[in-house]
Amino acid sequence: MKMDSNKIYKSEAATSHLPGMLHEAAKPKMRGENVNVFYGEKQALFDVNLDIGANEVTALIGPSGCGKSTFLRCLNRMNDTIDICRVTGKITLDDDDIYDPKIDVVELRARVGMVFQKPNPFPKSIFENVAYGPRIHGLSRNKTDLEEIVVTSLRRAGLFQEVKDRMHQPGTGLSGGQQQRLCIARAIAVSPEVILMDEPCSALDPIATATVEELIDELRENYTIVIVTHSMQQAARVSQKTAFFHLGNLVEHGDTDEIFQNPREERTKNYITGRIG
Amino acid sequence: MLVLWALLFILALSATGFFLGRQRALSLVNGDQRNLHSMPKYYGSNVALKALVPAALLLVVWSIAQPLYVNYSISSSIPESAVSETSSLGLLMAEVRRVADGLDSTVAQGTISDELARDPNADLNSITEGFKSAGQILTSEITRPMLQAAQSYRSMRRDGRFYMIIAVVALSLLGLIWGIRETQPRFRARNVVENGLKVLLISAASIAILTTIGIVLSLIFNTYEFFTLYPASDFFFGTSWAPSFSGRGGSSDLGILPLLWGTLYISLVALVVAVPIGLFAAIYLSEYAGPQLRAMAKPMLEVLAGIPTIVYGLFALLTVGPLLLAVFGDEGVGIMQAGTAVMTAGLVMGIMLIPFVSSLSDDIINAVPQSMRDGSYALGATQSETIKKVVLPAALPGIVGAILLAASRAIGETMIVVLGAGAAARMSLNPFEAMTTVTAKIVSQLTGDADFSSPEALVAFALGMTLFVITLGLNIIALYIVRKYREQYE
Ligand SMILES: Nc1ncnc2c1ncn2[C@@H]1O[C@H](COP(=O)(O)OP(=O)(O)OP(=O)(O)O)[C@@H](O)[C@H]1O
Ligand SMILES: [Mg+2]
Repeated sequence: MKMDSNKIYKSEAATSHLPGMLHEAAKPKMRGENVNVFYGEKQALFDVNLDIGANEVTALIGPSGCGKSTFLRCLNRMNDTIDICRVTGKITLDDDDIYDPKIDVVELRARVGMVFQKPNPFPKSIFENVAYGPRIHGLSRNKTDLEEIVVTSLRRAGLFQEVKDRMHQPGTGLSGGQQQRLCIARAIAVSPEVILMDEPCSALDPIATATVEELIDELRENYTIVIVTHSMQQAARVSQKTAFFHLGNLVEHGDTDEIFQNPREERTKNYITGRIG
Repeated sequence: MLVLWALLFILALSATGFFLGRQRALSLVNGDQRNLHSMPKYYGSNVALKALVPAALLLVVWSIAQPLYVNYSISSSIPESAVSETSSLGLLMAEVRRVADGLDSTVAQGTISDELARDPNADLNSITEGFKSAGQILTSEITRPMLQAAQSYRSMRRDGRFYMIIAVVALSLLGLIWGIRETQPRFRARNVVENGLKVLLISAASIAILTTIGIVLSLIFNTYEFFTLYPASDFFFGTSWAPSFSGRGGSSDLGILPLLWGTLYISLVALVVAVPIGLFAAIYLSEYAGPQLRAMAKPMLEVLAGIPTIVYGLFALLTVGPLLLAVFGDEGVGIMQAGTAVMTAGLVMGIMLIPFVSSLSDDIINAVPQSMRDGSYALGATQSETIKKVVLPAALPGIVGAILLAASRAIGETMIVVLGAGAAARMSLNPFEAMTTVTAKIVSQLTGDADFSSPEALVAFALGMTLFVITLGLNIIALYIVRKYREQYE
């Protein structure tokens, strides 16, 4: 297997408005080294080496069952909730090994947030959904502070205008696209550094999808984003880096433009043009 | 006895019909079943059903209708003068039936000859003698009109049975012949059997429903009768329960409040025990326990649910009562007089309800989608935060439903209270005092010789009706809540 995990990204984050980012840009936010994942006896990921650049969008693509979600769930240790799942290798966040027994998983998940494929708002009010994270982490000093956080998060997620008059109605009463944006608002309310999104648009219509994509593009400014998608167009539209998985192997990764226009591997080319998958 | 034979006969006939029908169908097409509309067994089943169903129906209807008819025609033939001697026609008819049954068994034992038993002018003394030597007990003296009524009752009953058997057997045979004649290659036996099965299932369902309706109606009528003898306001608002058994009515106090108080108090204690323990056990089993432990512990908890309540009652009487008495009795704190008390019954009932609460809550907690939990974990919540803030609130309506169902079981529970709570109807706040419940009093009002024309016995129906209304209400609310909650995720 050909791997060049040492490849250094010329980050798109150079376009960032945050001046401090310019030096950081070369250094990946997260890094996976020789990641193997087993579900019981069955191995789902084989020696994956992948860097996630700061303040850019990395898209994970590949046919169904190739291990995209599995890799994504390794990044915030959501795999811990699956009894039979075992992870080996090293994954770092800002150079800290996140599988170190000393690490606080709860804090890790506050730093690496996640948005799921199917919108899963809690059966609480819209306000309470967004306030959930800040409340458990004690991010606000008082009530106005909390309201501030909720409103900012909803505004960032592009949902505030639609729900500002119904903040105290159940979040489950929103449309699918609104629910997904609510989940995004919920995730950014705890100010994570990385946001993982597992097919966030698969349940959405084209208009809601466009809203979410615009949102991802805006969020890139302040967050590092990893997105799993089955839509080549979406990957091409929103991401700067793309990683192609096949049968548990990371086949190829690099700049999105390059992967789509000039793939090095035959398998990548076949997948992008629709011949495998 | 004869009815049983008749039933066996039509069953045998219908079994024979099955084979005959199948045989005939096959032989009509020279054994090539492709030329039949349906499989041969359907032709057999068709014949079997025709031989069985109408005859069995007739048997049932006749068995119900005949006693009604005989009763009616006998009671209208009894002269007025005979009725006025005893208190009422109903009592006299009961006596007549008793004499008729007595005649049957004395004749069977041979102490009275059949001729004497049939003779309308038979000597009353020799009949009474015959009854006595056969060990038959009579509550009042046999009079001539009573004897004659009993004799015609006997003969009508015997004739009725005789004609019934003939009719049933004949109908069964007719059905058999009809079914066999229908058996032609193009006959759609399969569809007929399909319909026949449907009718069978419908009748099973309607028997279940009709008996329930019947029970409720009898509750209502008897409750009504009770309220004609005893004022409803005294029943519902009376604070004293002191039935007298000396005479009919009069001095009894039949207020339900002390009993309701006992019922609710004991149920409350039971729920205070069962709800937290059951709920926490369910949370542990569904959220924390590993698969192996879960596979072990769940069935073990459910074994608790299979223990008969009388065993729990013994446990209350022999173990929990003395234990509590040792601590809270005169030797200890000094607020408990005897082993039977609200606390004893409540604790044991609580233990009984634990598996009920835990297995219902477990189902409900498991029904909360995993994606809710994942959403919470992904925001950096710990497991207990997730349970407290996401899982339990989402499951709350269902859990409330489970608690209400448990409450309605607690209210209806009898054996544990009979053995564990004592028999004193009182309204007190001290949970270490003996109290009693509605169910326990229903038992004690009806054990022994109950005279169902006295308010002391009829009150049982009013008590039962009250309980029924309360538990029905609780169940309806519980089911409504549970269903409402299910809709949320589907
Ligand atoms: N909880 C699990 N238990 C056992 N095996 C699993 C589990 N989750 C995933 N797998 C297996 O791991 C492999 C990778 O699954 P994964 O969910 O990562 O695929 P994916 O790339 O996300 O696919 P999709 O595009 O369909 O979502 C699959 O073969 C799958 O069967
Ligand atoms: Mg997936």
